[in-house]
Amino acid sequence: MRSPLTDHVYGQHASVLPPQDQTRHDGDDIDLAVRTGLYRSMREMRVFEKRAYDLFMKQLVKGTSHLSLGMEAIAAGFGQAMRRDDYTFATYRGHAHTLARGVPMTPVLAELLGRANGLLGGKGGSMHLTSVEHGMMGSYAIIGAHLTIANGAAWSAQYRGSGQVAVCFFGDGTTNIGAFHEALNYAAVYKLPVVFVCENNMYMEYTSIFDITAVERPAADRASAYGLEPVLIDGNDADEVYLAAGRALDRARAGDGPSLIEAVTYRHGGHSRADPGKYRPSEEVEAWKAYDPLDVYRDRLIRLGVSADELLAIDAEVLAAVDTATQEAIAGDLPAPESAFTDLWADGGWSWRN
Amino acid sequence: MAQLTYRDAVARGIAQEMRRDERVLLVGEDVAGAGGVFKTTVGLLDEFGPTRVVDTPISEQAILGAAMGAAMTGLRPVAEIMFSDFFAVCWDIVVNQIAKTRYMTGGQVSLPLVIKTGNGGGLRFGAQHSQSIENWAMAIPGLKVVTPSTPEDVVGLMAAAIRDDDPVIFCEHKGLYASKGEVPDGDIIDSLGTAKVRRPGRDATILSLGMMVPRALAAAEALAARGMDVEVIDVRSLVPLDTQTILGSVSRTGRLFTVEENPQLLGWGAEIASLASDECFWDLDGPIQRITTPHIPLPSADSLEDLVMPSEESIATTIEKALQS
Ligand SMILES: Cc1ncc(C[n+]2csc(CCOP(=O)(O)OP(=O)(O)O)c2C)c(N)n1
Ligand SMILES: [Mg+2]
Repeated sequence: MRSPLTDHVYGQHASVLPPQDQTRHDGDDIDLAVRTGLYRSMREMRVFEKRAYDLFMKQLVKGTSHLSLGMEAIAAGFGQAMRRDDYTFATYRGHAHTLARGVPMTPVLAELLGRANGLLGGKGGSMHLTSVEHGMMGSYAIIGAHLTIANGAAWSAQYRGSGQVAVCFFGDGTTNIGAFHEALNYAAVYKLPVVFVCENNMYMEYTSIFDITAVERPAADRASAYGLEPVLIDGNDADEVYLAAGRALDRARAGDGPSLIEAVTYRHGGHSRADPGKYRPSEEVEAWKAYDPLDVYRDRLIRLGVSADELLAIDAEVLAAVDTATQEAIAGDLPAPESAFTDLWADGGWSWRN
Repeated sequence: MAQLTYRDAVARGIAQEMRRDERVLLVGEDVAGAGGVFKTTVGLLDEFGPTRVVDTPISEQAILGAAMGAAMTGLRPVAEIMFSDFFAVCWDIVVNQIAKTRYMTGGQVSLPLVIKTGNGGGLRFGAQHSQSIENWAMAIPGLKVVTPSTPEDVVGLMAAAIRDDDPVIFCEHKGLYASKGEVPDGDIIDSLGTAKVRRPGRDATILSLGMMVPRALAAAEALAARGMDVEVIDVRSLVPLDTQTILGSVSRTGRLFTVEENPQLLGWGAEIASLASDECFWDLDGPIQRITTPHIPLPSADSLEDLVMPSEESIATTIEKALQS
């Protein structure tokens, strides 16, 4: 056990390495159509975000952005398991979760470029992607806030008897802010139909989660404090995520209350575009890059009899879609200057005096 | 003399005081091992070690509560709130606890602490990571509020803030972190509550703060080329406020303009405009004018953000129009 600050050595936390056996979900009862859907969805996220990164390097993406390269299985697994009218609440690391709800690529990419055809007309940016018509209820950039807000959407669904579930994604670092604990207790007390998904990529921004958290498992070890089962899953295995998502969504819809899922994963890159991620031991980075959710899944599909050609065809379609989105986003106009002055109020305007 | 960036000046100011006074500690998210997400605390962990430079969880209330508790028991902590927007999640500790305690306890409790924070817009970070919050803080009795605009002032005002026996909100403008300036060698100790005339002039007084200072100076040069000689004052410290320098200048020039990054309502300039109309109304030759961001959140797209924040052009145009009417 490390701990007292005096003998604390920075950057020397024990690495957590990925699981070895990649075949353990081969026999799970999941339709092949769902499985190819999972693959396609992850592929879209991967190629889309790599493109976003390229456009950033070309100085076309101006603001900050936080990629989930390496973390796609969580967004895809939930995306496939959720009902069309369920609600997603995501963080600033929300591109994949937005695509997972079926939001088209062009407006998402155009938003990153600050264009008029962006999802938010250029007013929100990468950290605030939202598409209410797709159940994508927002990307939130202040740590912890959206757990409490997801509770409200779940409360509304419970009150309306709609059977909808709110799914709230957040990181390991978020388990240390008060709002996390308030939201979990609140959800448990009122048995709200909400699923809290901790994407444990083992780092907050630049600091290892293990260096600043009292327990080993930032989310799962806290579940019992709120009367919840600890659920710890492999967040790089889309099948494992899909099945865990299904169980939690069913539980919420049945009126049995919230779940807290800790999905262990890893980000391939730094925290945000400004960060090369050098504080992570290189063996750790390499081990996790070798346990890439897309490779894991492609190999599984091949073992299950999907032909390499079929997968290549999906890859080609996805690439074409990303290329089209890139062209459409780059061709987008800059936002009209007047648009800076719309939508502060329900009447569409911004004025506060007569 | 050395050229230093604004961001390096932050670390230099803190290091200067940590060397002098063992009671000074630094605490915040990513401030130690990573040297700060804006790299404003690089080298401090190496020099002062992990008992004095402490990485924390994402727990702003706990960070500021701990800073307060440490300050009330003899230490002089510097706490970082990474982006000033995050004050909203720990405002209770700042407003109800830190600001009021000396007063409520009849002076029994002293809170010599500094909260340093990355403040301001222009980096396309969007509405939740771009706010200028000086006016939130100056609305609360019991908080001192400073915003340096040059590397030299960063060092000296940081030292002054750390040596002050009251809580100081130290706003670092994120848009200035990469800017450079000459900084004298040796210890620098500035004083809170002092404004600086950055450019003397006769025709009008322009007050500015943080990233608006270089913009106001550039606008002043543009106006000079068009025959208008304006004085640019860097307010630096909102609480305490150097009314002598500010109102003295207004009385001399007869015109007052403020350049504020914050949304219009209740910006710091409104308070100074009100002081000017109370205390030097008869010296004014024309209406006081505030140049602010409109009363909207900041949009993220670069074209929109540039449009709504005061710019060199918008400052020069507004002042020229006013002076010529
Ligand atoms: C209240 C608050 N404090 C700090 C931050 C700055 N910040 C943004 S992301 C981040 C790390 C979050 O880590 P984690 O929850 O693990 O999510 P990840 O980025 O790894 O997905 C921090 C500290 C913030 N946005 N809000
Ligand atoms: Mg994390």
